[in-house]
Amino acid sequence: MATVAAAGGAVLTVAGLRKSYGGNEVVAGIDFSLARGECFGLLGPNGAGKTTTLRCCLGLTTADAGAITLVGEPVPLRARQARMKVGVVPQFDNLDPDFSVAENLQVFGRYFGIGDDETRRRIPALLDFAGLAGKEKARLTTLSGGMKRRLTLARALVNDPELLLLDEPTTGLDPQARHMVWERLKRLLNEGKTILLTTHFMDEAERLCHRLMILDEGRIIAQGAPRELIAAHIEPQVIEVYGEDAPAWAKSEAGKFARRVEVSGETAFCYVGNEETLPLLAHLALRRELRTLQRPASLEDVFLKLTGRELRD
Amino acid sequence: MDFSPPRLSLRALAVWRRNFLVWRKLAIPSVLGNLADPMIYLFGLGYGLGSMLPEHLQQLGGVSYIAFLASGTVCASTMNAASFEALYSAFSRMHVQKTWDAILNTPVALDDVILGELLWAGSKATLSGLAILVVITALGFVTSPLALLAIPVIFATGLTFAGLGLIVTSLAPSYDFFMYYFTLFVTPMVLLCGVFFPVEQLPAAMQWFAAALPLSHAVRLVRPLLQGEWPADALLHLATLLGTAAIAFWLALLQSRKRLLK
Repeated sequence: MATVAAAGGAVLTVAGLRKSYGGNEVVAGIDFSLARGECFGLLGPNGAGKTTTLRCCLGLTTADAGAITLVGEPVPLRARQARMKVGVVPQFDNLDPDFSVAENLQVFGRYFGIGDDETRRRIPALLDFAGLAGKEKARLTTLSGGMKRRLTLARALVNDPELLLLDEPTTGLDPQARHMVWERLKRLLNEGKTILLTTHFMDEAERLCHRLMILDEGRIIAQGAPRELIAAHIEPQVIEVYGEDAPAWAKSEAGKFARRVEVSGETAFCYVGNEETLPLLAHLALRRELRTLQRPASLEDVFLKLTGRELRD
Repeated sequence: MDFSPPRLSLRALAVWRRNFLVWRKLAIPSVLGNLADPMIYLFGLGYGLGSMLPEHLQQLGGVSYIAFLASGTVCASTMNAASFEALYSAFSRMHVQKTWDAILNTPVALDDVILGELLWAGSKATLSGLAILVVITALGFVTSPLALLAIPVIFATGLTFAGLGLIVTSLAPSYDFFMYYFTLFVTPMVLLCGVFFPVEQLPAAMQWFAAALPLSHAVRLVRPLLQGEWPADALLHLATLLGTAAIAFWLALLQSRKRLLK
C-alpha cells in the first residue's frame, strides 16, 4: 500500500487499523496512506466505518489495533500535537451560533494558541477565500446553509493546516453551493494542501479525488484512481431502461444483449461493452413503451456493484 | 475506560474565554436575571416572615432575620448559578450545539474542555453570588471587611456545584434528566442547609444529613464572614468544598471521556 509515498513523504499513514464496539467490528483492518498534495476519498455506505476511521486518525477514538501517523506524529500518543497541523470540516455544522462570522474564526484561532492579532490578520483572506468578504460582523443566523459550510471550511483553515479532513463536506447543499465548495477545494489542492474526504456523492469523489477507497463493513473492498476503478470493475457503457414493463423485459430479453443487468424498481440497468451498445439500442427502439438513457459508466455504478443496492441504515 | 489522571493545560482558558465572550454579549440581562429571583425571596421572606420574629433572636446569632437570610441567599444563589451553567448551558454546548466536538478537533483536549467548563461555571456563579453581596452590602446588612474573604469561598462553592453539575451533564440523555437533580439534590439543600433557618432547628438525624450536604459547608463559612466573625472549622469546610469539587471534576471527566471519546 505504501506505493504512493515513501513514509517520509506521507501526510497520513494508517496501518492495520481495527476498532470494535461491543463485539461489532466497525473497522476491520484497513491500511492506507496519503501523499502530500493529493486528495484521497473515503467512500462507503452508512456504517461502513468512515467516520470511525477519521476519529481514530484524529486521536478522538482509540483504535483496538493498528498504527497511525498523522502529519509526522504518532496518534494517539501525540494526537494533540498532530491536530495543530490539521483542519477538520465535520459532517454537521458546529459553528458557534452566539458569535458573528469573525468571532467564530477568532475564538477558533485561540484553540490553536494563535494570538488574537495574528488571527485578525488572517481573517480577511480566509473570508475572501470562503466568499464571505465583508461579512465579518454578520450574525450566524443570517447565513445560508452554503455560507455556513464555507465558513466551516474557512474555520478549518485558521491554523494553516497541512492536511484537511472533510467529513461529507457538501451534504445538504444546493448545486450552486456544492460547485462553489468543489472549486474552493481544488484551489486548496493547487496550493499544495492534502485532503482526506468522505462523501456519499460519487460525482464529488470523481471530480476531486486523485485516489479513493471504498469501505464496506469496515473493510477496503476497492481502491485506486476513479478512472482505474471504473475500468477495472465495470463495463464501460450503461443503458438505463425505464417503464412498467422494464423488469419483465429485463428478465426475458436483456440477457441477450447486456453482459450484466440490475433491476431496481421499474428501472433496468444494462451494463454493456462499447461494441454491444448499438445492438441493444436498436432492439430497444422497437419497444416504444420502454424509455432509455445511454451514458458512460460512472463511479456510482462501481459503488453499487460492489456494495449492493440494498439500503443501509 | 480511560482512568488516567486529568491531563490539564492552559488551553482550558481558551474554553473559558469562549464562554466568557458569549456571556459578555448578554452580561447585563444575565446578571439582572440572576439577581431578581434571590432578591424576591430575600425581600419577601426577609421582611414578611422576618417581621413576625422577635428582633435579635438568639438562634439567628443576634442579627435580624433579613440579614440572616441575606448570607444564606448568597450561597444558594451561587449554587443555583453554577448548577444551571454546568447543567443546561454545558449540555447545550456538548450535545445540542456540538461546540465541544468542534473544540475537540483542535489541539484542545477533552480534559481541557471539562476544566474550562468547570472554571467558567465557577466564575459565572461567583458573579451571581457577588452581585447579591454587593446589593446586601449597599443595603447595610454587611459591614465587616471580613466579608471580602467570602469572595474566595463563593468561588469555591461555585466550583463545587459546577463539578457536581458536570457529572450529571455527562450522564444526561436529555434536558429532562436535570429535573431529577434539582428535585432530589438542589431543592433539599436549599431547604435543609441553613439558608432559611439555622440547621440546629432540625431534628438531630436531619442535622446529620444536612451537614453532609455541600451547601452546608458554604453557609457555615459565608454567614459568619458576612457577620464579621471568623467561622468555626473554617479550613475543614473549605477543604470539604474544594475536595468535593476536585472529586466531582474527576468523575465528570471519566464519564465524559466514556461518552465522547468512545
